[in-house]
Amino acid sequence: MSSEIAPPAAGQHAPPHAPAGDAGARPALWRRALRWETGLVVVLVAALVFGSSESATFASQTTLFYAGINIGYIAIMALPMTLIVVTGEIDLSVASMLGLSGAVLGDLWHHGWPILPAIVIALLADAAGGALNGVLVTRVGLPSIAVTIGTLTLFRGVAEILLGSQTIPTASDRPFPMWLTNIGVVPVPGTKLSYTTVIFIGLAVVCGVILHVTPLGRAMFAAGLQSEAARFAGIRVARMKFWLYVFSGVICAFAGILLAAQNSSVSYNAGFGLELNVVAIVLLGGVSIFGGRGTIPGVVLSVAIVGSLQMALTQMNIDPNVQQIVIGGLLLISVVLPGLSRGARWLGTRPGSLRSGHKPPWALSQRRRL
Amino acid sequence: MTARPAPAPGAPRLGTVLRAREAGTAALVLVVFVATTLRDHNFANVNSIQQLLVGASLIALLGVGETLVIVTRNYDLSVGSVLGLCAFVVGDLFRHQHIPVWSGFVIAIALGAAIGAINGLITTVARVPSLVVTLAMLYVVRGVDAKLVNGHIVLPSQVPSAFAAVGYRNILGIPWLAIIVAVVVVAVSYAMRSFRPCRDLYAIGSNPEAATLAGIPSGRRVFMAFLASGALAGLGGALFLALFAQVDNSAGIGYELNVIAAVVVGGVAIFGGSGTVVGAALGALLLNTIQQALVAVRSSSFWSEAIAGALLLAAIAFDRWLSLRVARGLRSAKGAHRDLSVASRGSPT
Amino acid sequence: MSEVPASAAGDGTSDAPASAAGDGTSDAPASAAGSGQGGPVLSLRHAAKAFGAVQALADGSIELYPGEAHGLVGENGAGKSTLVKILAGVYQPDAGDLIIDGEPATFAGPAAARGAGVAVIYQEPTLFPDLSVAENIFMGRQPVRAGRRIDRAAMNREAVTIFTQLGVALDPVRPARGLSVADQQIVEIAKALSLEARVLVMDEPTAALTNVEVARLFSVMATLRRRGAAVLFISHRLEEVFASCQRVTIMRDGRFVLTAPATELDVDSLIRGMIGRDLGAMFHKTGVTPGETVLEVRDLAREGVFSDVSFTVRRGEIVALAGLVGAGRTEVARAIFGIDQRSSGSVRLLGKLLPAGDPAAAMAAGAAFVPEDRRQEGLVMDMGIDDNVALASMGRLSRGGLIFRSAERKLALTWANRLRLRYGWIGDAVSTLSGGNQQKVVLGKWLARQPALLIIDEPTRGIDIGTKAEVHRILDTLAADGVAVLMISSELPEVLGVADRILVLHEGRLAAEYASAEATEDNIMRAATGQAGRDAA
Repeated sequence: MSSEIAPPAAGQHAPPHAPAGDAGARPALWRRALRWETGLVVVLVAALVFGSSESATFASQTTLFYAGINIGYIAIMALPMTLIVVTGEIDLSVASMLGLSGAVLGDLWHHGWPILPAIVIALLADAAGGALNGVLVTRVGLPSIAVTIGTLTLFRGVAEILLGSQTIPTASDRPFPMWLTNIGVVPVPGTKLSYTTVIFIGLAVVCGVILHVTPLGRAMFAAGLQSEAARFAGIRVARMKFWLYVFSGVICAFAGILLAAQNSSVSYNAGFGLELNVVAIVLLGGVSIFGGRGTIPGVVLSVAIVGSLQMALTQMNIDPNVQQIVIGGLLLISVVLPGLSRGARWLGTRPGSLRSGHKPPWALSQRRRL
Repeated sequence: MTARPAPAPGAPRLGTVLRAREAGTAALVLVVFVATTLRDHNFANVNSIQQLLVGASLIALLGVGETLVIVTRNYDLSVGSVLGLCAFVVGDLFRHQHIPVWSGFVIAIALGAAIGAINGLITTVARVPSLVVTLAMLYVVRGVDAKLVNGHIVLPSQVPSAFAAVGYRNILGIPWLAIIVAVVVVAVSYAMRSFRPCRDLYAIGSNPEAATLAGIPSGRRVFMAFLASGALAGLGGALFLALFAQVDNSAGIGYELNVIAAVVVGGVAIFGGSGTVVGAALGALLLNTIQQALVAVRSSSFWSEAIAGALLLAAIAFDRWLSLRVARGLRSAKGAHRDLSVASRGSPT
Repeated sequence: MSEVPASAAGDGTSDAPASAAGDGTSDAPASAAGSGQGGPVLSLRHAAKAFGAVQALADGSIELYPGEAHGLVGENGAGKSTLVKILAGVYQPDAGDLIIDGEPATFAGPAAARGAGVAVIYQEPTLFPDLSVAENIFMGRQPVRAGRRIDRAAMNREAVTIFTQLGVALDPVRPARGLSVADQQIVEIAKALSLEARVLVMDEPTAALTNVEVARLFSVMATLRRRGAAVLFISHRLEEVFASCQRVTIMRDGRFVLTAPATELDVDSLIRGMIGRDLGAMFHKTGVTPGETVLEVRDLAREGVFSDVSFTVRRGEIVALAGLVGAGRTEVARAIFGIDQRSSGSVRLLGKLLPAGDPAAAMAAGAAFVPEDRRQEGLVMDMGIDDNVALASMGRLSRGGLIFRSAERKLALTWANRLRLRYGWIGDAVSTLSGGNQQKVVLGKWLARQPALLIIDEPTRGIDIGTKAEVHRILDTLAADGVAVLMISSELPEVLGVADRILVLHEGRLAAEYASAEATEDNIMRAATGQAGRDAA
């Protein structure tokens, strides 16, 4: 191929750039991305300082251990959720899949199954659940928010059918094996970290690499921003989303089993309502609900912030309800601040052409054509 | 001028499509009702029907507000917690301040509206996605509510009987609660059809950019939708208090997803632009009827959630199929018009 | 995708060709200035508008008289759309005067412009799919009866009245969803009429219309002019401007260049005004001897869309698919590439059989596809130039499964240079580029894969004249380098100038095939409209 494809533009002058403002600002994107994660770092440091100052026992490895126990299983679910949200979808059924895997495990255990096969079946059950989500979203083409609200009800319902109002192991059941319950209670040998923390870190590294330095990750961003164009570039968007949902299912199953290990028991309403916690952590981490933007490091920071705040407030004997207010408030501030600067720009003299990519943010879906 | 020309063949009319959807939901309610009655005759007695209506009322009421919001392509996830908070605040005021009965309603509505206003402001001015705003608000309100309750549950003895009467009195056999909700549904439904600002809501959801270009004050309208949703959630709180005469910090928890489920089952498009409040109310009625039906046939109530989930999935799939069908019928290669004057020289495509 | 009206393109004649009833859309040219009809309805003088450092409009002026159709031409970036947005009240000018009916005016927003009687019909549809046609027309102003309640019967009646005035019949009660582009425009025009618009601005209205629909649009414009409205017609289709307008204004680089009656201008002088110099020969074809067969399509069919499509494209050949809108050209291309399914037939690329519905497999075999819709299908608008260029080459850029931004940037810079892309920074979002440069990014993305076959759908749609020529040169050079090119185009001059062979599709079937030497606009049009079989070639 010749090196000069286009002819020298004989006497042609450059047409001015289409008026859109940000052209040519080299570090703009970097700065913007950095700003969110930087902000999170600041908040994290503030939270840690706050915790240490208010509680003598805060800055200790024990605290880290218990923080891992408390938030670990939720944090693990946040990682596949991040990938799904980046591709422009959502999975609200995560907490129900967590409950379902626990229920399957408990039901089988109750009926005398050995623990390992029971665990495998539980994993498969959630993988099937994820596959159901995936099929409905990619094959049938239904909106993921509606589908996963439906499956969250469905899976919770199935869990309820399996366990009823029982808590397994019941009085007449064998207790869970020691090695399983240990996972939820003792640190990883050689460290002072909980198993959930280690699993989370490992999974975060894997997801981070996938999202940020692999073609698959680029494909996820492209799919979230403009799925048609991604398809036209040969990206198998539907297949990618389907497997992401299955992945989410499998990870939620892990989380469910970890929770079972921690509590040494399962009941049908394990994790009830947690999906919103997971979404909150992901959003706080800077992932855009519209898809196409977000980082794993941001989500990791967000997990750290929420985990440390919860620990600090617990150690200060503050009402768990107040903790909820704090988390909610934090989420609110984290989205309002950038929103305000956006709003101010819009109200000012910058045109923000009504017809360019700047759509009113309440337009969650942009692919609406006659 | 001239008489209205016949519609192009195969082009369904708008009104027909909408009403068909509502009728479909209503028909399903009847089917479930009849089928259950065949199994258990008691299902059709007065008491049982009253239970059906009352049980659906709160979700239906919240569904009205949620419909207004979803039509504009937004979501209000805070409705459940708002309901709980308002229920407790009013109950608390009754027992400590002995406020008059009517002001219980007013305060509940006002408080709900205030929270709705905050949601609306943040969504429209700070341009934050409503899913996120109302999610955060859900946490904050739940936390505030729990802090306020702090173990001091409102008990039936603390609720004035005149107020609680709303919860159990009937007129001509129809519960007051159901009547109140029905009145709200009818009124809002009428408004949504007949008043310009309400039509604007549909426009905003159908094509937000076109709405702005058409001069519709989208920010103001969306704000009003959130205000209404909050106010109705507040009213729901008052009715909750009247109905159960008891409030702890679990009131309203989890309602929001039930409401969205009911609304979707009732035919409101999750991506906005279409759907009716009547449909939403019918959706709530359907879901509740199924739940009660399961209890009646003594199937374990453990199945009700799974069935509700499956039904929701079926409803979404059906709506999608329906809208594809309708769109295909509306699209015809030659255009939906006839030229009144013969125009071209060239042969047509 | 649309058809050029029957009048030969580019020869500047303003005979009444595809204009509807030949009722004189290009009648008395002196109708405008000095017709004794009084002053202009709208006059914009020396308007200026800047966005940050970019001066989008430096000196915009235009005068519209009642009853005239006025053409506005200029390259992309000439400032036309900024001028339109000022007229629409979307932007407020930094300088300059706006005079309506002799009185100075300012439009604080779109509502003010509408109130003054200025209606704008944009390229992209601005209808509400879920609402009825009538409600679309009257949104925000629905007729009311007692108590401010909407009177639907009156609304529907008025809609019918307006449609009748326009000479069409469209059911006012049907939802707007599913309307064809031409019908959507009718609704938009009806909207404008219901606002008693005295100035109707139409921005590239014919971009997606069929021959018949363009004719109807011109007749509607004539109706509007008879009612005393002024129509501002913005188009890249110069022959249409001549076919429908009495006066033409040319803009260049954000400035007003000249206004003249259409009769005093021709295509060459227009182009000269638009780019400031003579373009010379538009197309410069290199003679290339075609090599081996690259693409072999046999009996390709998709139920209800096209059938029995068979053809080949060889190395060094540029084959064009011509035909009317709806003939199935884009569908054939999409089926070949695998974006759409096919019901039967086979596609071979360099001898290798391609599976149906699998774009990745087609790409692996050496195919590339530049789609018609840049914004939705060709580019990820919010991603950077580097990401977009690298998007189809990620596999090749990755090492050990990992891909790094530096590799993407390097690739993007290489192609930006080769294609002479104009941009600020390689990481800028492609949404900041002009249409022509965006198309170059799409080309860069595909050329980076060094494809054996390039399928390109409407290569120069919405692109200014200068970049257009560049794109044609690029295609020419590609062919010379041995790439097989399959091009779809609705612009006959482009087809005739660039292609070696022309295949004409008519209602999903191949109607004719012409070598470039024997092809003329006339025989292509005949084949496209189904008359090919009648006469001996």
